Amino acid sequence: MTTFTAVENISRRNVLKLFGAAGGGLALGATGLAWSPMALAQDKQAMMNLFIAIGEDNKVYLTCHRSEMGQGIRTGISQVLADELEADWDNVVVIQGLADKRYGSQNTDGSRSIRKHYTRMRQMGALARTMLEQTAAAKWQVPVSEVYAKSSKVFHKGSNKSLTFGELAIDAGKQTVPAIESLSLKSDNDFTHIGQSKTIVDMQDMLNGKAIYGFDIKLDGMVYASISRPPVLGSDVASLDDSEARKVVGVIDVIQLPVPKGAPVFQALGGVAVIATNTWSAMQGRKALKVSWTASVNDRHDTDKYMAELVDKVKQPGKVMRQLGDSVKNWPKQSTVNAVYTVPYLTHAMMEPPVATANVTAQGCELWSSTQTPQSTQQTVAALLGLKEDNVKVNVTLLGGGFGRKSKPDYSVEAAMLSQRLNLPVKVSWTREDEIQHGYYHAISSQFYQAKFDDNNKVDALLARTGFPSISSTFAEGVDMPSAGELDLGFTDVPLALPQIRLEAVKAVARTRIGWMRSVCNIQHAFGIGSFVDELAVKANKPCIQMWREMLGADRKETFADQGFSYGNYGEELADHPVDVARYHHLLDIMEATLAKQPKVTKNQGWGFAIHRSFVSYVAVATLVEVVDNQLQVLKSIAAIDAGLVVNPDRVKSQTEGAIIFGLSLAMMGEISFKNGKVTQSNFHDYPLLRLPQCPDIEVILVESNAKPAGVGEPGVPPVAPSLTNAIFAATGTRYRDLPLNKVLSV
Amino acid sequence: MTIPTQTLLVNGKNFTINADPNMPVLWVLRDIIGLSGTKFGCGSGLCGACTIHVDGAPMRGCLTSLKHVVGKQVTTIEGVEAERLKEKWAEHNVPQCGYCQAGQIMSAAALLAKTPQPTDGQIDEAMSGNICRCGTYPRIKAAIKAAVTENAEA
Ligand code: FES
Ligand code: FES
Repeated sequence: MTTFTAVENISRRNVLKLFGAAGGGLALGATGLAWSPMALAQDKQAMMNLFIAIGEDNKVYLTCHRSEMGQGIRTGISQVLADELEADWDNVVVIQGLADKRYGSQNTDGSRSIRKHYTRMRQMGALARTMLEQTAAAKWQVPVSEVYAKSSKVFHKGSNKSLTFGELAIDAGKQTVPAIESLSLKSDNDFTHIGQSKTIVDMQDMLNGKAIYGFDIKLDGMVYASISRPPVLGSDVASLDDSEARKVVGVIDVIQLPVPKGAPVFQALGGVAVIATNTWSAMQGRKALKVSWTASVNDRHDTDKYMAELVDKVKQPGKVMRQLGDSVKNWPKQSTVNAVYTVPYLTHAMMEPPVATANVTAQGCELWSSTQTPQSTQQTVAALLGLKEDNVKVNVTLLGGGFGRKSKPDYSVEAAMLSQRLNLPVKVSWTREDEIQHGYYHAISSQFYQAKFDDNNKVDALLARTGFPSISSTFAEGVDMPSAGELDLGFTDVPLALPQIRLEAVKAVARTRIGWMRSVCNIQHAFGIGSFVDELAVKANKPCIQMWREMLGADRKETFADQGFSYGNYGEELADHPVDVARYHHLLDIMEATLAKQPKVTKNQGWGFAIHRSFVSYVAVATLVEVVDNQLQVLKSIAAIDAGLVVNPDRVKSQTEGAIIFGLSLAMMGEISFKNGKVTQSNFHDYPLLRLPQCPDIEVILVESNAKPAGVGEPGVPPVAPSLTNAIFAATGTRYRDLPLNKVLSV
Repeated sequence: MTIPTQTLLVNGKNFTINADPNMPVLWVLRDIIGLSGTKFGCGSGLCGACTIHVDGAPMRGCLTSLKHVVGKQVTTIEGVEAERLKEKWAEHNVPQCGYCQAGQIMSAAALLAKTPQPTDGQIDEAMSGNICRCGTYPRIKAAIKAAVTENAEA
């Protein structure tokens, strides 16, 4: 499979290869395309390329190959396609792409949808538009240079002739596909859809209960499964008594599932499935099961103990990951500051728990999944069932939130296993308890920070250590060190300009499935550095923003050269997405000016500040709190985000609002703990999320930028927690270094 | 156990159904009648995703048994008359993933039906049972307030 980067300088030959076009140089991949939910009638619509079809009725069908989970990508991708295509927005119909390698990566995580697909989507729009223009020019027998497309029509410059896209579509579909390098893309000033705050395309369906999520799939003859999974990772069914379960009205069958072998990866967890004629009966039957479980190596996992060990470990030397200067030894005591920060395990708690429906037949497997990763779902299920990937069709529903949990297709695997076994369509619905107790958890973590001041009250040396079980442990047995990629997430990549820097990582063995959750390791790392810079500011008696300015140093593009560290940069070239200290400074200036205009705080109130770069975007957050009688109220949050060029400003704002609320939830209340290898929490009463009365006023400042589009969904989260605890310090004089805050404050 | 045949009035239409009288209305609506706009989020009355109206009052569909609503008027997101609220919802671009939104609108509609001019405190209280993990609260509040302002003007 040709990768995306190759698209940038692709030859026509490669275009054809890339999109699997039929021979003869006709329309790109017009045959055999996996479109959903409708199959286009070939004589009424023309496929212009893998992403665009146009109907005789003038409708423009745009494929969104990325999963919609609230970020607005079905709207955003369509805006980009429609812009270069010169389509009239009122004619646009958005089609959700199935799992299909020809789209390139469909992994909807890592805040990548726009930053990785922006150019290619523009090229796809321009390709189709050029074919329509060429068709019109040929019909009018005028040079192509004399025609142009606008609002779903092609016009002739010299006359008042025009043809609609619908009138041109079928012939245009037969045009020779132009070479990518022959295309001219618009200049930013000419954008008609990019940069507009368009209403999300699913709005009316969502307001009227018509939007279809994974939970809403209903097939003829379908049965419903609820699964009791081993409470401790690595244990299996020791004994099973299903006699009561089978008596429950509606229960059809009880099936034991195999436990995973080796590293968890995306394997189903095993356990016992109750099959019924409806969801509720399946859940009732499951409650009536009597299961006992075998012992597991993880039986003794206890988070209090685990965290205490992790805190000890970060106080000891670890593996050096980045170093500048030669010594961090013999620091005079009076000029140093130390702190240890901890963040517990967290889980995603998206409103729609994991859910998938599978129908395995002699022809193959068809899945309807609320998934962020259609292709890994396809691959994993194909491998499990011994099918060719082409025989596994994955329909992507709307997702009732994802946050990284739905990147792991274990629940789709369960549905496929059961459907194969029963020879019936099966829907596997997870309960909230299942979601909370069988997650791929955000890792428990601890960090140690130490800094030294010089004689001029300036920080001149920093030592930091981080420890957490690695996501890699989910994919390979025996991994006990954070990966470089995880350390790149807000630990090693902070561009501090100090004469001496030493950053280390320590070992931690995984005792449960570790996964990625919205902004991943940036959560703990931004909490660490964001809190510590504030502590240093307090010690130096300077404003926090000023301390950041000093520690970041002069405007520059940081490359970390000669620091023994090669930076992954979220998969981007530093040339395209540099670590640009000037952009930090710009945000610091904006926030300083914004905060200067805020009303004076009263007694028991305080502002806190933090800034963080992640997913190649820059976000600064200021938080105002009030603490009275140990009761915390967050009054206001102001976020400034520089995400480069943005496609839909309103969605960037709404994602940032959501990120603030996500960050507040985790800082104030988020904790997954383990006792005897089992998760202690089970539902929203003990894994609470922020509710409306706890929500502050939120103001989002979108910083104008011509930089390349950067990540949006995640970067708002990391600075929230430190700006909150810094605010509490400002209000009360008490420093909280261990999350969540509801252990010590009423929230 | 024999399953009785019951008649349920949903959005002004009668449905004849065979279901365990103890089945929560949420699952009756979703799996039996086929109205999937009412969502499952927690099954324990903690999130509000399943909010419906029973004789106009907001109820948690996941905790309300079928037998308790037979003979009453059940209203779901598919049938609720809340045009102005939905209009304001659209104007404020409230939804993100949209999954909690049916429950949010049902709670807000019940509030405004009973209290056409709610105070901020009343809005907070009426909406406190509905979780939105995506974090659309500021816009929910803004949309409700905009609908209220129009109520006041009307
Ligand atoms: S599903 Fe009923 S309150 Fe959550
Ligand atoms: S919009 Fe996603 S949970 Fe509310």
